[in-house]
Order: sequence, then structure tokens, then C-alpha cells
Amino acid sequence: MPPLLEVKNLKKYFNTKGGMLHAVDDISFTLDAGKTLGVVGESGCGKTTLGRTILHLLDVTSGQILFEGKDITYPKKKELMKLREDMQIIFQDPYSSLDPRQSVKETIMEPLLIQGKLSKAECEKKAKELMDTVGLAARFENAYPHELDGGRRQRIGIARALALGPKFIVCDEPVSALDVSIQAQIINLLLDLQESLGIAYMFVTHDLSVVKYISNDIMVMYLGQMVEKASSDELFANPIHPYTQALLSAIPIPDIHNKTKRIILKGELTSPINPKPGCRFRPRCIYATEECEQPQVLTEPLPNHFVACCKCSELLNNRRNTQ
Amino acid sequence: MPDNVLEIRDLVVEYHTDDAHIYAVNGVSLNVKKGETIGLVGETGAGKTTIAKSILRILQSPPAKICSGSIMFDGADLMKLSEKEMQHIRGNKIAMIFQDPMTALNPIETVGFQIEEAIRLHNKISRVEAVRRACEMLEMVGIPAERYKEYPHQFSGGMKQRVVIAMALACKPMLLLADEPTTALDVTIQAQVLEMMNDLKTKLNTSVILITHDLGVVANMCDSVAVVYAGEIVEYGTAEDIFDRTAHPYTVGLFNSLPRLNTTERRLKPIKGLMLDPTIKPPGCRFSDRCPEATEKCCKQPPPDVEVSPGHIVKCWLRGGSN
Amino acid sequence: MNEAYRKKRSRFGEVVRRLKKNKAAVFSVFVLIIIVLVGIFADYLAPYPYDQQNYSLSFAKPSPEHWLGCDQLGRDILSRLIYATRQSLQLGILATAIAGILGITLGCIAGYYGGWVDMVIMRFLDIYQSIPMFLLCVTLAAVMGPSLRNAVLAIGISTVPLPARLMRASILTVRNQEFIEAARMCNASNRRIILKHIIPNAIAPVIVSITMTVGMNILAGASLSYIGLGAQPPIPEWGTMVADARNIMRDHAILALYPGLCIMITVLACNLLGDGLRDALDPRLKN
Repeated sequence: MPPLLEVKNLKKYFNTKGGMLHAVDDISFTLDAGKTLGVVGESGCGKTTLGRTILHLLDVTSGQILFEGKDITYPKKKELMKLREDMQIIFQDPYSSLDPRQSVKETIMEPLLIQGKLSKAECEKKAKELMDTVGLAARFENAYPHELDGGRRQRIGIARALALGPKFIVCDEPVSALDVSIQAQIINLLLDLQESLGIAYMFVTHDLSVVKYISNDIMVMYLGQMVEKASSDELFANPIHPYTQALLSAIPIPDIHNKTKRIILKGELTSPINPKPGCRFRPRCIYATEECEQPQVLTEPLPNHFVACCKCSELLNNRRNTQ
Repeated sequence: MPDNVLEIRDLVVEYHTDDAHIYAVNGVSLNVKKGETIGLVGETGAGKTTIAKSILRILQSPPAKICSGSIMFDGADLMKLSEKEMQHIRGNKIAMIFQDPMTALNPIETVGFQIEEAIRLHNKISRVEAVRRACEMLEMVGIPAERYKEYPHQFSGGMKQRVVIAMALACKPMLLLADEPTTALDVTIQAQVLEMMNDLKTKLNTSVILITHDLGVVANMCDSVAVVYAGEIVEYGTAEDIFDRTAHPYTVGLFNSLPRLNTTERRLKPIKGLMLDPTIKPPGCRFSDRCPEATEKCCKQPPPDVEVSPGHIVKCWLRGGSN
Repeated sequence: MNEAYRKKRSRFGEVVRRLKKNKAAVFSVFVLIIIVLVGIFADYLAPYPYDQQNYSLSFAKPSPEHWLGCDQLGRDILSRLIYATRQSLQLGILATAIAGILGITLGCIAGYYGGWVDMVIMRFLDIYQSIPMFLLCVTLAAVMGPSLRNAVLAIGISTVPLPARLMRASILTVRNQEFIEAARMCNASNRRIILKHIIPNAIAPVIVSITMTVGMNILAGASLSYIGLGAQPPIPEWGTMVADARNIMRDHAILALYPGLCIMITVLACNLLGDGLRDALDPRLKN
């Protein structure tokens, strides 16, 4: 059974005044139906650009995207319209991702109306069903976004994404803008929907505790490159790449007895414009040597655990020795 | 017995708009000891920022109105001081840093000048001396003094926040109000900034009121914690009290909503419903409509402050009195 | 229960409600409605035809037959003012409509498509704006003969750049909002996105500007008429009435004052309404 989504050596560059911005540089991964791939990284790592490029909101610079075995890297207009029924997105900001002039029902109905397969009355009926699926009370159908709170607005966005029955949804930081207790409600909703509808998610976020919860596999990005990829449990148990280690140690844990030793990174992010070849984390890495100036290769030091670091076998040995 | 740097008594703040009457802060009392870091934890709309801004009297009024209450600081009631006297306090004895470093700095002045300006506003010293002190502050926050003449746009988000902290601490205030100072920053940068704040805090023996919604940050930074809900402090105690002996049902709900790194539960346990509408003054407990343990008494009568153990206070009918 | 205070109001309803609170704006709406009605029903309201001359009544003082008296040719001033309303309103409203429609269309195209389309349109408008309106008017008058219609055309065409730029700026802001990306993800065509999502959200500042432009254009029209390039005699227009009184102002200033007041009241009402609309459409409404 081929994976639902296969991305091979995907690159997205932007031509800016200062030079070529390497937003997404040579990313490869596969995603099976009904599973979740978490994509983590900090600002400028390219995770948002990756999601939008896969969905063709941005053009691909080079590489290949395969959906259900078919090459969809450069789709024609009709193909793209059909693709949008299978691949959707949930946005981060529940405030700017809804048209302030459309009521809840109109927003959810829109993709169905455009698709044109159902009559207006049928679209309305489907919209009401979707509202129910995402836990929006029916009395809100004529409400406007500005009357509702962040959690409800995000539910509208989710209902809209579900309208065409997609198999794959890019969740672009869907809970970052929400309060903690509302976050929990929405995460539960997403998990329930995945179970009942079999949707695959690409869950983009900077919040590591959320991503562990919801993902099967996690991919860590830094300045456009993939630095590590492993299953959720494995990544948190055995982070190998120095950046992953620093990232995980930086999460403030709500536990006063378990104050982890923080690996404090020195320096700041370097620029993704016209980057030098080699590891982009080198300026901030405590293990960096000359070898790191060469382009890094993705290796698999442990089963299904990929790392792009020339020092990974050393690091692995160090860890084994200290354990 | 350590001195109290700040004593808030029965603060009541309302917002009067054309649309509605908003009860933002409903009788908050709080003490801050010298050298202590107290966390004000709560979700959006709980009233934490309003409380902080009331201390410095920088609320926009209208529509805000401080209806009653006293705030004792350095032997005087801040509510009764004249505007001129307050100016002598702001930036000098009490400083505040805000969430968004991008907009906190004046883009047309160098960062060094902005710190220098803060110093000269409150100290009659020569320009040369002020520049020297400003350079000292920059070094203290980890920015090389050579960057004195650079402009805010030349700094990254994390560095900008450091400059903001340098400005705030330039006059060695007794109290620092930090409103979500690291929320807008990446996790690894947040770790750097929090570590720096911890160092400075110890060096300068400043008391800090840290407003945040992130319980992880609270665990790492705070000595005491006050949990704010719907304009009231529903639980107050040391960090141990709150984390190990969580008492108030809302605080318990908050902890349950957090995706934890070390559990294997498949679903989060969010608090049902939404925060209380701030235009409503309920007869009983403000959390009663969402509380899983609510009784009829909870809905009808406002709960008292109960001391469940020395120094650990909970506003609830259902938590027995101390010993 | 928690949402009890959030009454279900569309955004339009919110705007109307806020506008109602601004007393000056409400008053202006009434004034403008009256003026428009006067213009429409001038035939029924005016006691005399506007060109009925009677030398015996030259400079007559106000009387029960002639409420405002008569001008130097014995024509009833009140009737002339009433008929003039039509001309002046035409200048204001038609000219603004022309500028508005052309300007909004240009601004939309430039703002939405960006790139070289945007550049071409903007440079075109730059060159365009360098031609003074009076010059355009005089040219048109020379070529086609002076008339109210040509004045309307001239004013309309020369004020296109303002709404165009405003619309473009507004669209640039709205275009980058996520709900536009969301519409693309729903397979919405460009046309649908512009008409249904972008224009309704971007039009607010342009509406404010257009309301105030009506006043501006009435003034411009009056100025043109004053120098003879607008409404031609005997058709009365407020500007021509002021011009007619030009030579006799020392002794009969009142003949210039009446039409001047009419111009002032109308323009003021437009501006106050525009101000009120700007406050009511305040972007803070979005929060």
C-alpha cells in the first residue's frame, strides 16, 4: 500500500533583492493515510512554507510531490481543483483566516457551492452537519466571526477544511493562538476527527508538547533543512542532533522538581539568504568542526530515526557511554 | 519577616464602553515581597494585564475606570498620588515590559539612546555618565556595548526584548512588571531570555510580577503564584503549593489541559465551556458554570478565601479550612 | 447564556448603529436627503420658472410673493436656487460616480494582480494626475463647447486617481489576509475572490473618501460655472448665481450670499457625513 503523500527533495526558493532565499531546502518524507507527521522548528525554519508549497499555494522550485502514487508536482488547473478536494489546510490565526463579512454558515458552505455538485439547499444542510461534527452549536449558523471567540472561530476553520472530504490536512499551528483550555478542546477534536474520518495530518507547530501528543512521526527543521526525523516517542527519548537536543531542553516543563539542564544556544539564527553549503546550525553548535562545512547527509543511525549530522555516530556513542 | 514591596488591597477595575459594562478586576488583593518573583497565571481575559496596568495607572481611562482599592508601594498609596508623582515612579521605581518587542522600541532612535534616555529622565547626571551606565546595562543583558549606536531593526526579536529589559532595569527599579515577556519569542530564544532574567533578578534583587499563561515558565521562574480567573485570584501560594498541592478546581483543570511530555493518555481533559462573560456579575462563584464539582451553594453564594495550608489560599466552598 | 450580550448583528448593522450615535452625521443625512428631494421635485416646489424675467421686480426685497426677493433681472431667487440644486447635485454626484467607478476598477486591478499590471496602472495615474483639472475642462470646453455635461465629465475624469489609489492600498492590505488564501483553497476563481471577498472588505475607506468627494466636486463645479465653463445660462447653478452677482456685490451682496450658503451647507453636510462614516467604519470594529 503506497503512502498517501510522498515528498522527495522538495525545494522552495524565493528570489529576493538580497539574494536567493532558501526557505525549504531538500526536504523528503512520506506520510501514510490516517497518520500524523509533526513538523517542528522555530521562526524561519520553513515549516509554514513547506505546508503551503505542498498544497500549491506556492509554486514548487524543484523536487517531487506524489499523492496516492500520482505525481502532482506541477498540476494543471483542473487537476489542482480536484486536488483541493483531497488536500486542505487549517490556518493558525482564527481571526484573519475567516472573512469578516461572511456568516458561519456561508463560510462553511463556500467550498461546497464552488464545487457545484450540490444544490444550495443541500449545501446548507451539509454545512449544518459539519457544524455539528466540529462541535459548533446550531444557533451560531448566522453569527459573524467577530461575535465569536478564538476557539469557536477555529472550529469554523476546521469545518470549512472538512467540507470537501479531504484525505490530508495541513494544520498550520492551529492551536497556537488559543488559550490553554481551548487548545485542549481543539486538539481533542482533531484527534477524534482523525479517528473517525481517517484523515492524515501534517501538524506544523513550534509547541513541542502539543506535537508529541498528536504526532506519530516528528520532523525537526532548521533554516529550511530537515535535521532529524523519528517517531514521536523515539525523538523525545533519544534526540541525537544537537539542535533537537537544545530545542527539547529549552521547553519549560510545568514541573518544579524536574528542572532539566538547559542547553542554552549561543548566537542567533543566520540568514537563509544565499546560505553557505554545509550545516546551517554550525555557527551555534558546540560540537562543530570543519567537517560540518560540507553538505550534510541524511543518515539512519537507528531504525527509522534519521539525522542530518556528520557527528551523529559520535553523539550516539557519547550518549551510550553516559547512560 | 521579609518586607512587602507592593500591597494591593481589594482592587476593582471596570471598563465602561457604549456596548457594555465590563467587570475586569473584581476585588483582587495581593502582596509582593522584596526580591520575590510572583507569577500571575491565567488565560486571555482573566484580567492579569489590567491588574498590572492599574499598578502603574497606565490604563486608558476612559473606558477603564479604577473603581476602588488601594495599592501601597514604598509607603504611599499609588491610587492617591498625583500624575507628576506617578511619573517619578514609572520607569524609575516600578518598570514594565510588554509582550511584543517588535513595537516596544522607537524605530528612529538608537537602542543605546533609548536606554540613556530612560536613565536621564530619572537621574540628574551628565550625558557621559548616562551613556556609561547604558553601556553597562547592555552588557548586563548580553549585548556587546559596541552595538550602542545600532537601530532596533538591526536586532532580532530576542535581542530586542533584551534591550527592552535593559531599558526597564536601567534605573534599578524595586519592582518589575513583565507582561508575557517571552510569549512572542521562539523556544530557544525564550530559554536564553528567561535565564538572563533570572540572573539579573538575583543580581539586582528586584521583585518581579511575571504575567504568563505558560505554566512551564512559571515553574522555572516563580517563587509564588497567583492564579487569576475572571478578574479574581482564585488560588495563591508558593510554587510548590500550586504545582504539588493544586487545590482550586480551575487550576486543576488547567493542569489537566496541558499536553504532557510524560503521559500516555490519548485524550486531553479540557475544561468544558468558556470563560465567564465579563459583563455578567454572577451571584455565586465565577467558575461555577464550568466546575465539575459545582454545588448549588457554589452557584448562589460567592466563595470565601480559605487557607488550606499556611500561605496557600483558595477561593472555593469545597476546599476545607486549614487545620 | 454566556453569549447573551453578543447580539446578533451583521457588520452592516453595527456600522449603522455607530453612525446613529454621531449626531452631526445623522443631521447631515437629513440635510442631504432634503437637498436631493428638492432637486428631484424642483418642478413642483419652485413657485416660479427659473427664467421668468420681470424688470419691474428687479432687486425686489423679500415679500410674501417672493420669499427671498428677486435678482437683477427680476427672476425669483428662491425658484432659481431650487432649480440650481439639480445642476449642482449632478455635478457632485455624477462626477463622483464617474470617478468612483473608474477609480475603483483601476485600483482593484492594480491592487489584486500586482506586478507589471500594477506598475503600468500606477505610472499611468501619475502622468494623469499631473494634468490640472481646469486645463482639462478648458480643453474639453474648447473642443466640445462649454456645458454642464462637459464639466461633469472633466471633473469626473480628473478625480479618478484618488479613489484608485485608495482602493489599491486597501486591497493590498486585504489581499494578504489568510481568508483570501482560504478562498483559494476552496477553489474560488479570481473573479469570485475579488468580488465576494476582497472588495467588500476593502471598500470602507473608499466609501468615506467618495462621500467627501461629492462635496469637493460640487465646489469644483461651482468654480467652473463661475468662470463660465459649467452650466450655461439661463440654467441656474449655484456657482453661476454667485458669478452673476459678481459685479453688483458691493450693493447687493445678498445675491451672492444665498447661493454661497447653499454650497456651504451641502458641502459641509457631505464632509460631516464622511467623517461620521470614517468613525463608524473604523477598523477596530474588526476586533
